[in-house]
Amino acid sequence: MNEKITQKGYSIIAEANMLRWEVGENFHDALMESIYADAQKIADKAVVMLGAEKKFGFDQTLDKIVTSKWLGFPLMFLTLAVVFWITIEGSNVPSSMLAALLVDTFHPALKTFAVNVSLPWWLSGVLIDGAYLAMAWVVAVMLPPMAIFFPLFTLLEDFGYLPRVAFNMDGLYRKVGAHGKQALTMSMGFGCNAAGVISTRIIDSPRERIIAIITNNFSLCNGRWPTQILIATIFIGAAFPAYLAGIISALAVVGIALLGIFFSLVTSWGLSKTILKGEASVFSLELPPYRPPRILQTLYTSLIDRTIFVLWRAVVFALPAGVVIWLVANIHIGDLSLAQHFISWSNPFGLLLGLNGVILLAYIIAVPANEIVIPTILMLTVMTLGIVDVSAGTGVMFELESEMLTKEILVAGGWTTLTGISLMLFSLLHNPCSTTLYTIYKETGSIKWTTVSALLPIAIGFAVCFFVTQIWRLIA
Amino acid sequence: MRNTNHCQNCSAHNIGNLVKLGINMENFDYVIALAGNPNTGKSTVFNKLTGLRQHTGNWPGKTVARAEGGYIFSEKRYKIVDLPGTYSLLSTSSDEEVARNFILFGQPDVTVIVADATRLERNLNLVLQILEITNRAVLCLNLIDEADRNNIKVDERILSKELGIPVVPTAARQGTGMDMLLNFIHQVATGKYVCKPHRITADFPAVKNAVNRLSKKISETYLNLPNARWIALRLLEGDQRVIDAVRNNELQDLVSERSFPKDPSDGKEQNLNISDVLEPVV
Repeated sequence: MNEKITQKGYSIIAEANMLRWEVGENFHDALMESIYADAQKIADKAVVMLGAEKKFGFDQTLDKIVTSKWLGFPLMFLTLAVVFWITIEGSNVPSSMLAALLVDTFHPALKTFAVNVSLPWWLSGVLIDGAYLAMAWVVAVMLPPMAIFFPLFTLLEDFGYLPRVAFNMDGLYRKVGAHGKQALTMSMGFGCNAAGVISTRIIDSPRERIIAIITNNFSLCNGRWPTQILIATIFIGAAFPAYLAGIISALAVVGIALLGIFFSLVTSWGLSKTILKGEASVFSLELPPYRPPRILQTLYTSLIDRTIFVLWRAVVFALPAGVVIWLVANIHIGDLSLAQHFISWSNPFGLLLGLNGVILLAYIIAVPANEIVIPTILMLTVMTLGIVDVSAGTGVMFELESEMLTKEILVAGGWTTLTGISLMLFSLLHNPCSTTLYTIYKETGSIKWTTVSALLPIAIGFAVCFFVTQIWRLIA
Repeated sequence: MRNTNHCQNCSAHNIGNLVKLGINMENFDYVIALAGNPNTGKSTVFNKLTGLRQHTGNWPGKTVARAEGGYIFSEKRYKIVDLPGTYSLLSTSSDEEVARNFILFGQPDVTVIVADATRLERNLNLVLQILEITNRAVLCLNLIDEADRNNIKVDERILSKELGIPVVPTAARQGTGMDMLLNFIHQVATGKYVCKPHRITADFPAVKNAVNRLSKKISETYLNLPNARWIALRLLEGDQRVIDAVRNNELQDLVSERSFPKDPSDGKEQNLNISDVLEPVV
């Protein structure tokens, strides 16, 4: 029976192949035309427009402005800058309160408790100085900026602004030989690169899709925004008078985000001229209507979907990372700990890039999640260089405002403004986190493209940091 | 069931019987597919029915994979699949492939097509294509509040008559019309409402003969196939996925599943192998 059916199937295909000559080349177009004709007929019967000329008046006016040739890009930068400025100004106070609570109060209390129940020193070290402290840093440093930034960003998304950004960017992407829809996947990457990589499924041509996947990492993701905001505040904003500090920091972060878009374009161009040659395909991009954002629902979803999600991910990865950090800082070979061995070995190389050994080690430990880079750097600095004895809970420094405290630790670790700038650049231009890499592997099914996606940004990052550092040293 | 009074047949009563099951989809009686153009509110409808909080966003292409959830309505368990938004079912990007393969090979009991009331004509292009594939569908005419604001009036009764399927005006963000939607899904799923879907008028002379010959041959081979003409059209266009489906007997399997009427009362889970159908296409 089945065999018979199979045979019949083959004869159906054979007949279709034959008849295809009969229906001619225009068959597809004719079919589409009849679909459109039917759709129009039905719509004409069922839809009544009252006062049609007023239709979408507001939408169209707004679209003319935000996607205009001259105002489109400046408005985009301005919007981003305002969002960051609010985030930076708003997160100062809660950040220092959280640090006071989690680091100044709970940490010494936990240590005292550990002594009272006579926990072995190594266990209290691993659990309290490692895992707990890493988690406390993550919460104190990252929660406030996230709780402000994500709702603002979600409001913009809900309002319908992101497709306009894509619309503005579309022409640029086509010029570099990539798919215009890459502008959308890039916008998606501003949330999370793994999500951005999955969203490249909307691109039909495999060539353009791989370009979009490789370059998605140049969109600053959730995990990296807080790093940028923090470092910009303490190393760039602080160099200016207080009333300018917030605005300058915000502009610095916008600058990094734009640099990311720039590298995404340049890399796409490079790829489409070399290993992924081809012409850009055409598509139509639909601008959805503006919708009044639902404030409460947005607050709720951005809190659950983004803030809590990212924070949870950070905490989950911070706990084992804290243990690893404590271990590499406390397992000694000879006179030096493992961390000190690596740091002094990699320091000269790091300095060439304007970075240092601590940062390089932190990026290795933080491969699972970009969210924990800053806490890792802080803990490594504190633990390996013995600047301040956090484990004893002396707490003198912790009475300072948290951002100033962060800065003091870093300055004591030998950081300069150049280190801050280089870190911001390297945070933009380095390998994607392990989740994103795994997603890339799943989506492309290719070790080769996964490797390219991992190594290409690092190579660019090293090159950019190197040149910036050399030029900086020439000038300064 | 003895005390059938008017209240219990009323949709306002039934909405009270909606049990949102979140991701619990065990032992479902019916499978519902949620299809439509991008950015028409499919995910919002999905969230309203399942109680899940799938992230929604005001931009096209937000859902690229599919999401699944469940609910109970009128004592039947429904599994609902949120498909990626697409403008057509003809071209070849992987999100369109996901949507089309599910409607064709996943054999949903009802396909709910979510359309944007403010852009009805363009949305109808996809609606008509879906109606070529399946004959059990409900049109969810969403964003009716936005249409009102923009002075667009859609007569859902005319639309329903033209399309041959139930049409429900909704404003999913506010939850308006969800009770009607649930009711119509239920009626189509249980066979109380029999759709007579509109079919595209494709009788240009050169093609008519070829399509008729081929679709006749197809329906003779696969009895009970609801969309022989669409398969014929796809074969004539040289659609590789459909050619493969004919070659490896997938179509025959569809027909044999269909020829046994589903009996939900035996509680047996249907062997749909949705994951096979929807394996992401790279």
